[in-house]
Amino acid sequence: MQNRRETLKQSAVVAGLLASAGFPQFAHAAFNKAAFDAKSVQDAVKAAGGGAIAESKDVTITGPDIAENGAVVPLGVSTSLAGAKQLLILVEKNPSVLVALFHVSDAVEANFSTRAKLGQSSDVYAVAIMADGKALFAKKEVKVTLGGCGG
Amino acid sequence: MADPMRIRAQASGDKATVRVLMSHEMESGQRRDAAGKLVPAWHITEVTAALNGKQVLAAEWGPAVSKNPFLQFAIKGAKAGDKVAVSWKDNKGDSRTDEVTVS
Amino acid sequence: MLVWRVKSKGLTLLLFEQNKEVTMQRSRLLFWMAAAALSCASALAQKTASQGIDEYRAMLQDGNPAELFEAKGEGLWTQKRGPKNATLEKCDLGKGPGVVKGVFVELPRFFADTGRVQDLESRLLTCMETLQGFNAAEIAKTGFGKGEQNNVTALATWIASESKDMRFNLSQSHPQEKTFYEVGKRLFFQRGGPHDFACASCHGEDGKRIRLQDLPNLTKNPGDGVGFAAWPAYRVSNGQMWGMQQRLNDCYRQQRFPYPGFGSDATIALGVYLGVNSKGSASIAPAIKR
Repeated sequence: MQNRRETLKQSAVVAGLLASAGFPQFAHAAFNKAAFDAKSVQDAVKAAGGGAIAESKDVTITGPDIAENGAVVPLGVSTSLAGAKQLLILVEKNPSVLVALFHVSDAVEANFSTRAKLGQSSDVYAVAIMADGKALFAKKEVKVTLGGCGG
Repeated sequence: MADPMRIRAQASGDKATVRVLMSHEMESGQRRDAAGKLVPAWHITEVTAALNGKQVLAAEWGPAVSKNPFLQFAIKGAKAGDKVAVSWKDNKGDSRTDEVTVS
Repeated sequence: MLVWRVKSKGLTLLLFEQNKEVTMQRSRLLFWMAAAALSCASALAQKTASQGIDEYRAMLQDGNPAELFEAKGEGLWTQKRGPKNATLEKCDLGKGPGVVKGVFVELPRFFADTGRVQDLESRLLTCMETLQGFNAAEIAKTGFGKGEQNNVTALATWIASESKDMRFNLSQSHPQEKTFYEVGKRLFFQRGGPHDFACASCHGEDGKRIRLQDLPNLTKNPGDGVGFAAWPAYRVSNGQMWGMQQRLNDCYRQQRFPYPGFGSDATIALGVYLGVNSKGSASIAPAIKR
């Protein structure tokens, strides 16, 4: 478990690396290792700065009902709420629960799609974390006919 | 240097939809090789995008994102002729940036 | 061991696949998942599993990673490479040197300069040898996914994309083309190997499937974008780009036959049989597959 000083030092190092790699200085872009190591949806949300998750009709998760192959499952996350700071895609039964974390800026729509690996049929979550830490989610079940983490 | 991305940026109304295909193994770290050893995780960790040089998107990815990842998002106010650049960085320190003009 | 059940009218074939990379635990899990998926499928009130899978496939159409290989192939065509440091721009794929558009839907065909019927991938080897100085036999032996084979696959992907949505129109005017059709047909129905399979065991009748995978009947025209018309394809299950040569090679592996040589007459003959049967149907290559 890192203490605050070590976390700050690591962020500074990463920011420095990003700058030297030609990345613009964007404080949020440092990789949130704790969130990606979390083993449950709530833990990942907490590590990303969110509170207890509450279901909300203003958050949407899109994806297929059944995926022929778990290696590539198209998933989309969006919210109609103004003021959302982060949008997360999570797969409950994955060894890596947090799939992706998007930082929402005023310049982009709060609507992102990507493709995830699902190890088995699982509930998939879209979580919006607001500026005050409130965490709102939507979920759906995706059935997988062939798990996607192996060969 | 990694293989180039395929980026399509199309303006429609008051936004431009950007679709990206990245060339990357996205090794989950869960897989075992023929000898039974775990293949170490190797995946994109950060993705950013810029409109005419100004950052508009920052995202963090874990190993659960699929191989040869696809990403779709929409930039508000972008129009034909604008430049969209997408960059990624992975956990081995490799990176890639590609740019397209919004059509 | 994975057990596949191929259903057809009254006859159930059990196909055993031993995949060294799949542990016993996973195969048990897979079996129950497949069983659960199939039983869930029947319980789905509004939508069948087949419809669900069609929706899933439609979702993947936009943003096919095959485009990454197309881009690579396009670059390789004009890149000076090999001992002769030359490009492939003079390569004749059947419609004249350098012509790429429309050639895919006319292959395999007879080539006068080599005196043989060739498919796209064997023809690429010919051009890589005569124009660029590569050793075609060496490349053929390399094995899929390695070395120059990756470049052949990328080139095949791009060339196929240049005929996308065009309709198959293989020539049967040359006597060798006709012979290869008959040879391909013979090979298609030839039973052999430890399980006494033939291509026809899976692809010889309407309405067959393996688990949730529909198997097209390839003895006749299976329709637009099916079978021969869908390869090269990007396979999401392993993230690999497969040309027709690799697809046929894997069919032989699944039947527990010896592997055919890359670009061998046997594989080309099968291509002629499948391609001629697909006459008039539209190519969707490069496609995206499970």
